[in-house]
Amino acid sequence: MSARIRLLAAIAAVAFTGSVFAQDLLIRNARVHTAAAAGTLENTDVLIQGGVIRAVGSSVSAPAGIAEVDAAGRALTPGLFAGLSGLGVEEVSGEPDTVDNTLALASPTNLPAHEPVWRPEFDMLPAFNPRSSAIGVSRVAGLTWTMLAPGTVAGGSFVAGQGGAVTLDGRYDAEIDGSQSLFINLGSDANTLAGGSRAGQFLLIDQALREARPAPSAAMAAITPGHGLLTALGRETLMRYARGGRVVFHVDRASDIRQALKLAERAGFQPVISGAVEGWLVAGDLARTQVPVLIDPLENLPRGFDQLAARLDNAAKLHAAGVPVAFTQSGDATHNARKIRQLAGNAVANGLPWEAGLAGLTRVPAEIFGVADRLGSIEVGKQADLVLWSGDPLEVTSVAQQVWFGGRAASMQSRQTQLRDRYLAPQGTLPRAYSR
Amino acid sequence: MKLRLTWLAMIVVAGSGSAAWADAPVAWESTYQPVASTPTLIRNATLLIGNGERIDGADVLMISGRIDKVGRGLALPDGGTAIDGSGKWVTPGIIDVHSHLGVYPSPGARAHSDGNEMTSPVTAQVWAEHSVWPQDPGFATALAGGVTTMQILPGSGNLIGGRGVTLKNVAAESYQAMKFPQAPQGLKMACGENPKRFYGGKGQAPMTRMGNVAGYRAAFQEAREYHRGLKRHASKREEQASRSRRDAPAVGGGDLDTPKRDLRLETLAGVLDGDILVHIHCYRADEMEVMMDLAREFEFKIAAFHHGVEAYKIADRLAQENICGALWADWWGFKMEAYDGIVENIALVDRPKGGCAIVHSDSAEGIQRLNQEAGKVIGHARAVGIEITPEHAIRWLTANAARSLGVDDRTGTLEAGKMADVVIWNREPFSVYAQAEQVFIDGALLYDRTDPARRPVTDFMLGQEVTP
Repeated sequence: MSARIRLLAAIAAVAFTGSVFAQDLLIRNARVHTAAAAGTLENTDVLIQGGVIRAVGSSVSAPAGIAEVDAAGRALTPGLFAGLSGLGVEEVSGEPDTVDNTLALASPTNLPAHEPVWRPEFDMLPAFNPRSSAIGVSRVAGLTWTMLAPGTVAGGSFVAGQGGAVTLDGRYDAEIDGSQSLFINLGSDANTLAGGSRAGQFLLIDQALREARPAPSAAMAAITPGHGLLTALGRETLMRYARGGRVVFHVDRASDIRQALKLAERAGFQPVISGAVEGWLVAGDLARTQVPVLIDPLENLPRGFDQLAARLDNAAKLHAAGVPVAFTQSGDATHNARKIRQLAGNAVANGLPWEAGLAGLTRVPAEIFGVADRLGSIEVGKQADLVLWSGDPLEVTSVAQQVWFGGRAASMQSRQTQLRDRYLAPQGTLPRAYSR
Repeated sequence: MKLRLTWLAMIVVAGSGSAAWADAPVAWESTYQPVASTPTLIRNATLLIGNGERIDGADVLMISGRIDKVGRGLALPDGGTAIDGSGKWVTPGIIDVHSHLGVYPSPGARAHSDGNEMTSPVTAQVWAEHSVWPQDPGFATALAGGVTTMQILPGSGNLIGGRGVTLKNVAAESYQAMKFPQAPQGLKMACGENPKRFYGGKGQAPMTRMGNVAGYRAAFQEAREYHRGLKRHASKREEQASRSRRDAPAVGGGDLDTPKRDLRLETLAGVLDGDILVHIHCYRADEMEVMMDLAREFEFKIAAFHHGVEAYKIADRLAQENICGALWADWWGFKMEAYDGIVENIALVDRPKGGCAIVHSDSAEGIQRLNQEAGKVIGHARAVGIEITPEHAIRWLTANAARSLGVDDRTGTLEAGKMADVVIWNREPFSVYAQAEQVFIDGALLYDRTDPARRPVTDFMLGQEVTP
């Protein structure tokens, strides 16, 4: 990151600490994809004051002295959701020292051994680094927020811990209030951490819930062991979620999705399903309970036997059944977070209505993670995190031309654009290391 | 090329008594037979030829598995089928030069992990084709993405991973029946992190990049000596044969021991002869330069660097050396050697005169939408003032790919005489909404989006969707 970008990031961070410094801006003549009930509005102006959207309409009158941007009919969307990712907690995937999105206290390389290994109290937020190069790369691609999602590895637990939504504007205190969630990874991937059976996963979770619940009487408490799976903090955390907290189950197989829904019901969790490769098979169950999904619509091959019914129109079928559909990537979710637009575009190419495709990148994930009062749509009163596009925002040939956080224009440079520019120009008399 | 392979093969199997009967299958050769087809005329479409040309409102005529003619107002032969191409775009079949379909198939069961023989850093003796599971459902989904030809490579765990094979994307019970007739094999080599991490982690060589290079050099030095031995033997035989013709009646010459056959060195000798094309997994610019020196030292040619996330840094030199860059649009950061990836990589490698850029996948997902990968590059290049036309970009996934596989004389463009490997798209193909509607391989309609009877279902997937 160059000194200039660092400076810009610093300015942005300052600006967001108080609305006094936030940008006022009038964006004229845009094709406004509101991602809300109003749908798409042609030739529309968006007025931002104090970092908040104050008017959306035609011929909005300009307050004196306000900066104006002519969108020239181009597409304007809410800032996009980057999916469940490790942005800010994963710099180079293959270098463990730079990766912080899993907890494995029982790993043989960890000394001393920490018991127990079940730590629902694990929260990824303290590991977040807003200066990670992957964040800049994502920001210039129109992604303005993500949901940090812990993963599961050997030596840890399939109850992976907690994550939360963060803004990608570069500030240190990036967490978006109200988004914290517990992540539980189920299915064949988690088998080895549950005694080799996916039924063991449910057994262990039920055991943990029993531990976490307050003993019905003091006498009972006396005979309850200090801890089994959980620490005191873990019991407290799990109970918080058992009182209606948001739990994201990563699960693909249809029968496992149904088990996850049943578990959520008996535990008192508010469930979200991520993965859901076979979700279309149980779309009715999901729709009935209005359980939202985060899916990768490019998953059309059976990665394993949990995904045999994978198909390209999963998103279309789930949406048609009335399930709220958002997108997330199954593969390179952190570094190539920007690929999420391609996911939405392909879902649309395979039957999902275009507006639902955009909503899956904006409004629906904001609703899922409890931040829709601020993010995810272009409506009066919402935070002005916006993106101006060179074309259809779901199209692979389109690029983000300008990103705003709270009405303030973000730098459209990243480490990658600087590498590009260095090699785009012919080499001068000095080696390229002297050009920047 | 074929002749030279035979030359080598004759020496090494001399005395084994394997007389090849006419029409009898030859070991390891293709048994591919094109599916029967009727003459087909696609009318009034936008054609991207693959040689840089675009023809609007034109026709493609396919007869007997070949492109017969391309032009406007072509006549439909008797008994032929006409397809209205109005509003459609027609391109050559897509070619992926880097796939692990069949060797790392879906489902990714442990029992299916057949792509990396990581038992020694140099396993030039293994052939990816011997691992290919033709029932991988990924072949069918790749076909739906317009892919008609692909090179299946061993993985990148070894310095020299083994031979790759070029397949036509036709459903079959054996790989031999998919094997692209007379296509040269590839040699998979790997730079950088993968080999040194795996073997170094076990306390073995290579543990470092310098260990990697020492490993390639040792192998090629051995190969050079083996190759010289074979040649010496061949010329002695030749000499003896001509002497015995001259000094009839034949006096038995000196006893000529046939050199002991070495399957590992035989592959590398094939590289030195130019019969086997070298494809190198290599990310960093400096390492590509190292590999170019290796090729100089041992006098072989590199067909393509694969992945090459830093290829843009040395685009001019790749073009000068006539080496293709088989690249992704946007993967980066998953390991240290992939840290400097940029989305304009393909456009910058394409830019110099003679530049040979290829869009590749290395992925069962990516292979289904190589057109979209190219679309990303077009969009990002435009943003920095590099305008790339569709007729130019299509070369990245057709003609250039064919060139690096040594099959450009037979496929990769819509030119008369080429194999009729053809895709009809519902619109301009570099869009996220573009879909291959019909795919022809050697003139046979083997994929039709609107006709389930023309869509392959592998044995593995058959019956999996049955619901009570």
